[in-house]
Amino acid sequence: MKSENFLDLDFKDVKSSFELDRREFVKLLGGGLLLLFTVGDSFAYMQEQQRRRGGELPTDFNAFLHIGENGRVTCFTGKIEMGQGVITSLAQELADELDVSLDSVDMVMGDTDLCPWDMGTFGSMTTRFFGPPLRAAGAEAKKILLEMASEKLKKPVNQLIVKDGIVSDRLNKKNNVSYAQLAKGKKIEKHLKGKVEVKTPKEFKIINRPFTRHDSKLKVTGKAKYSADILLPEMLYAKILRPPAHGAKLINADLSEAKKIEGVVVVEEKDLIAVLHKYPDVAQRALEKIKANFSKSESTLDDKNIFDHLLKFPHEERKVAEKGSLKTGEENSPVITQGVYYDGYKAHSPIEPHAAVAKIEGKKITVWGSTQNPFTAKEEVANALGIPSDNVRLTPPFLGGGFGGKTMNRQIVEAARLTKITGKPVMVNYTREEEFFYDAFRPAAVVKIKSGCTKEGKINLWDYQVYFAGERGADPFYDLPNSLVRAYNSARGEQNVHPFATGPWRAPGNNTNTFARESQMDIMAAKIGMDPVEFRLKNLKDKKMIDVLNAAAKKFGWKNIKPPSGKGYGVALGIDAGTYVAMIAKVNVNKDSGNVKVERVVCAQDMGLVINPEGAAIQMEGCIMMGLGYTLSEDLKFKNGEILDKNFDTYEIPRFEWLPKIEMEILHKEDEPPQGGGEPAIVTVGAAIANAIFDAAGIRLNQMPMNPDRIKAALAKK
Amino acid sequence: MEEIVKFKLNGKKTDLSVDPTRMLLWVLRSDLGLTGTKYSCGEGLCGACTVLINNEAVRSCQVQVSDVKGKEVITIEGLEKNGKLHPIQEAFMHHDALQCGFCTPGMILTAYSFLLKNKKPTYAQIVEAMDDNLCRCGAHKRIVEAIESVAGVKEEVYNEK
Repeated sequence: MKSENFLDLDFKDVKSSFELDRREFVKLLGGGLLLLFTVGDSFAYMQEQQRRRGGELPTDFNAFLHIGENGRVTCFTGKIEMGQGVITSLAQELADELDVSLDSVDMVMGDTDLCPWDMGTFGSMTTRFFGPPLRAAGAEAKKILLEMASEKLKKPVNQLIVKDGIVSDRLNKKNNVSYAQLAKGKKIEKHLKGKVEVKTPKEFKIINRPFTRHDSKLKVTGKAKYSADILLPEMLYAKILRPPAHGAKLINADLSEAKKIEGVVVVEEKDLIAVLHKYPDVAQRALEKIKANFSKSESTLDDKNIFDHLLKFPHEERKVAEKGSLKTGEENSPVITQGVYYDGYKAHSPIEPHAAVAKIEGKKITVWGSTQNPFTAKEEVANALGIPSDNVRLTPPFLGGGFGGKTMNRQIVEAARLTKITGKPVMVNYTREEEFFYDAFRPAAVVKIKSGCTKEGKINLWDYQVYFAGERGADPFYDLPNSLVRAYNSARGEQNVHPFATGPWRAPGNNTNTFARESQMDIMAAKIGMDPVEFRLKNLKDKKMIDVLNAAAKKFGWKNIKPPSGKGYGVALGIDAGTYVAMIAKVNVNKDSGNVKVERVVCAQDMGLVINPEGAAIQMEGCIMMGLGYTLSEDLKFKNGEILDKNFDTYEIPRFEWLPKIEMEILHKEDEPPQGGGEPAIVTVGAAIANAIFDAAGIRLNQMPMNPDRIKAALAKK
Repeated sequence: MEEIVKFKLNGKKTDLSVDPTRMLLWVLRSDLGLTGTKYSCGEGLCGACTVLINNEAVRSCQVQVSDVKGKEVITIEGLEKNGKLHPIQEAFMHHDALQCGFCTPGMILTAYSFLLKNKKPTYAQIVEAMDDNLCRCGAHKRIVEAIESVAGVKEEVYNEK
């Protein structure tokens, strides 16, 4: 696919927010067909929630597409591309509905001056909620173009066919006209209202077909621009004085040595002490010359005592699900199982650290920043600087990974403050240490489950309590006649319960909840001596889940086992973002080193209509690889407010050597709405491996990560 | 103190007035505008800043610019020849061996250097050669497949100077 870097598109003359200057913007686009559309009800609801939290008011539409006089199709959306591939899959949806080639679609993403308001890119929501109205807009645009063509070619619409943006008379193909010719000299603006007929799966030519990435040529040549690659004339690189620990306060700082370095600009404003230079490494040297004293952090928490602390914290209870009565359940359950599960903090660790470049021109501040929520960042900049948000433009280049971690926008606000103070363009690019320090970690969490079943394997009791992970993935999909699911506190963490920021991490909450639920399932199955797949099937009524489990078991070649069988097989099920996942892993446990090698992972998924099967497969593979990290090694080390992990030497993320044989199966559900793809397959990794470890070595680990020390300790206790 | 450092960069003679103790990564990125070489960890732990020095894959965040005097440096921007992508770049595209793309330049250059030395590697040798390059998106499977697909295909490609 010919992929233009959307940053290179020349829209420099746009001055203010789109809402105010829509007419000006339409003028700028030139002639053609402009279609404005609103994303569906559920999305509108979420936007309403965002507005209540102080976000910008949503406009009456939140995306649009333009068909230019040159025949090129441009989609403007507030979504961003961080590797998940929507730059390709959204273009596919539009191209198919319009019957144009994929090459002729450009995506303009996340620019707050060019694109309508969007709450952010997370939760595997783009394809689910943005895709359907985008297709409708494409279909509507095609309808309008066909009517125009009918007039021009003097043939009824039902006699016309479209291929690659050329409308021709079915009976006389020489009688034709291109979209470009139709759009020429026209200025049509249309709001999409009501229901529009979109293509049926049989009519797809581009949707549900595998396409390689739109942006890959830019990325293999080094031309793709990320925030830190925006180099502006006279730009200064800023290094900011940071506390050694969360909660430590600055007492004094001696900047005299830093000031002696030639060309260094020093900024001291309230809580912000920064040194700036035209070279980033010289700015770093200047920072290292600052002699600063900080108070000690008052935090006494560390990665060992954190769980006691969390459980002692006052709990705010929310009922997630309730059915029947726990009392009846217990009475009908001869076999009772009690489980407690722990999960430590995890860092996002994108390979691209947070970066932002800010530039001030007159009253207007423009920021190129790595953010998953540019419209929120725009408001944050406006608030921090005390300026109207119309004077702020956020324009995110490509993101080098996000995973939920690029939603805090601290670096964007810092760059904006520094450009305002110095009057020069300023780049803030986090060091890896800053990246760890200011991460909003996946929260440490605890899950307690009391469950009961009959000796024949029918679950009659399910009493589930989750603390601090959040409730995503807590609602069970098994057929549980007597169940109560309660969630305590949110993942964000109330009243500074956590010693640092916490936030969403790829499929937030669900990794922890699925680890707990699916481990508990296997413990119960083992107690009554039943095969774990059979035990699950016995307690499932949800056909979708039964189908994915059977698909995974078939692909894996699952044979009835009685764990611990020594084979090292483990199964886990999960639902995330509307997608059903069944995963089966085979592991080998080295009893001397405590090392777990995952040899094979089979994953079956029902995600409804798949827009780009290639992209979906990549996301599943990525989920499995990334999942190995939280399962086997990632565990943030901290003490008294200090983040002890400062780089990849101690915080170990998955490597090539970890790569298992990965096999996948995506169920064909072309007639069903598309579901999420970027997160679901990560949720089952923890439990599939925990269950496989039990099957291999007869040890049950109830805490992630299951690192060599914990494996050896469990083996020693056996 | 600045001095003139002479080296060959992406096929062109380069005379640079620079403090020779500065790290090559920052000189490439900020002085020369070659932003395809990425900063990620700054301690040689991730491979995102990998460049070729005399065809050897090297972490540019750990190399002083004085160390490249008289040598040939190739960055990701220098791999394309006469508008034609290198077969490894083509293979990464064809196999979709990337997601966010931030580790990709370092992956490609590490693979390039490795394939020069080992024209017909085994799967295990590829994994070992790539093991110190980190990818967070989880494109590992496809990266290995891309390298396998190009290994030993066009020998002349790896004899280029």
